[in-house]
Amino acid sequence: MPSKNSSRLSGERAAWPLKFGAAGAILFLHVPLWLIFLYAFTTEESAYTFPPPGLTLKWIPQALANPAMQSALYLSIRVAFLATITALILGTLAAAAVYRYDFFGKESVSFMLILPLALPGIVTGIAMRSAISLIHIPFSFWTIVIGHATFCVVVVYNNVLARFRRSSNSMIEASMDLGANSFQTFWHIVLPNIGTALLAGAILAFSLSFDEVIVTTFTAGNQQTLPIWIFSQMLKPRNRPITNVTAMLVVLITALPILLAQRIVAGSSDSEGGSK
Amino acid sequence: MSASVAIEFKNVSRIFSVKQEDQSGDVKAVDNVSLQIRDGEFFSLLGPSGSGKTTSLRMIAGFDRPTSGQILLYGQDVSSLPPYERDVNTVFQDYALFPHMTVGENVAYGLMIKKVPKDEREKRVDDMMDLVQLTGFAARKPSQLSGGQRQRVALARALINHPKVLLLDEPLGALDLKLRQQMQIELKSIQQRVGITFIFVTHDQEEALTMSDRIAVFNHGRIEQIGTPAEIYEHPITQFVAGFVGVSNLVSGEVAKRITGSDVRFSVRPEKIHLGSTGDKPEADTFIAEGKVRDVIYLGLYTRYLVELDGGGDLVVVEQNLKTTSMDVMQARGQPVRLFWKKEHVSYMGD
Repeated sequence: MPSKNSSRLSGERAAWPLKFGAAGAILFLHVPLWLIFLYAFTTEESAYTFPPPGLTLKWIPQALANPAMQSALYLSIRVAFLATITALILGTLAAAAVYRYDFFGKESVSFMLILPLALPGIVTGIAMRSAISLIHIPFSFWTIVIGHATFCVVVVYNNVLARFRRSSNSMIEASMDLGANSFQTFWHIVLPNIGTALLAGAILAFSLSFDEVIVTTFTAGNQQTLPIWIFSQMLKPRNRPITNVTAMLVVLITALPILLAQRIVAGSSDSEGGSK
Repeated sequence: MSASVAIEFKNVSRIFSVKQEDQSGDVKAVDNVSLQIRDGEFFSLLGPSGSGKTTSLRMIAGFDRPTSGQILLYGQDVSSLPPYERDVNTVFQDYALFPHMTVGENVAYGLMIKKVPKDEREKRVDDMMDLVQLTGFAARKPSQLSGGQRQRVALARALINHPKVLLLDEPLGALDLKLRQQMQIELKSIQQRVGITFIFVTHDQEEALTMSDRIAVFNHGRIEQIGTPAEIYEHPITQFVAGFVGVSNLVSGEVAKRITGSDVRFSVRPEKIHLGSTGDKPEADTFIAEGKVRDVIYLGLYTRYLVELDGGGDLVVVEQNLKTTSMDVMQARGQPVRLFWKKEHVSYMGD
């Protein structure tokens, strides 16, 4: 049987197992998500019977009106926002330093910046907790922000560094040559060129921070961020759909920006292809 | 005529310290260079890569600073001024256009930074676009232009500030041969129209000869020779210049002694040598050498002969194919010949 799409490298025989595998992987990843979405609308309060005995929208207003959920959501947004701002500043500065200057231990600095992302969260968490106790900082909102910033910086750093490496080295010199001082050069030339990288990095950092559990567990005082609140609700048998509605909210808040970030990065690489 | 001096190097050196795994040391990129470039001149810094020409240019622009010595711009010491406080502009090798701006915004950048009012800015951008023959391209993005057009944008952007000196860092290197030759002529005519001193860095000797009023030949961080294209070509004073600018026959030792009577090394250009037959009589003030044609290379416009001299040594001789055809020149192979060239076409050089 001739292949319909002859431009594909793989033949017909290879395509079926491949399609099957891909479909399986997607189902494996997404069926639990769909279940959560489905049971956000179930009429049952505590049990999960399949199929749901009936569908209702009543949990959505109930979830949104829940004061514990509201304060957790508010805390998570504030933490993610501040961690992202911190990451933007530190990540950009670090990327600029590593890109522009040669200094002793440059490779080590680069490695240490990336480490928090590669390290298991539990290691970062324990390390942060010990360090924070050692210097007697009370566990609070701010310690959560610091904990989150450690891995958010990496995301911004990586994005910005990659952009620096792609842009023409002499652009900054050209700007200075035409009379612009360092600040004007940063404002008119550097910032517009790394703008989309910053935005993409910020969105990713925000998403990472927003659903972080492990590091938060170690660095929080008695605060509950949204993911931790959801986790604590899992143990309570009543009002399960409220948790599901909240989980759905988290998926939307984190997934949409990531989708957006991917589009921004993909779009900007097209227009920069000819800038060399 | 005492033209004023645009750029002066006073004993300028730039030393880079190199740190590598098993060795560290200093590299003299520019080694005690003194040089004067006159107002309104088209001056080329010519040399192979790593000869210090680009470092010299970057020090004039302010991207690099001399380790020692002074750089004067119209008498003012600018050695330690940042680039944005120097009245010079640069055309970069990779053009360095700002990809997020239109062509018009690129060209207007210097004026925008200087806060020139918008209507004057637009008028001057239009003038510049006309000058570089890009009228009507202002609204495009740099990525929509060809290499040659980007080159012109870079030129317009650098010229719009009316700098005292324009620096060009191998700006034609990325263009193909036809376009390069066209731009060479155009650059020269633009320079004559705007009357600004141009300092042009290149490794292409032909390019330097075509455009320059004067040339400084760089090698290993030092200047080997400064002179007009004709001086550099006709009378190279060092072996390096003779070899780097055009093609030269270098003759030394016993062979030199047999021809000139002295063993001082000399060079003679292949096209200055006349290929004659053994019976030809020399004119006055002519050197003679005899030999046999070992190889003939027909190149269309001219033919290159490799002549093996009697008693050792080779000379390359180039003759234009004014009347001869490829059939004729091929028959010269293996023939005994007598070579003549005027004594004034010989450049003597010490060690």
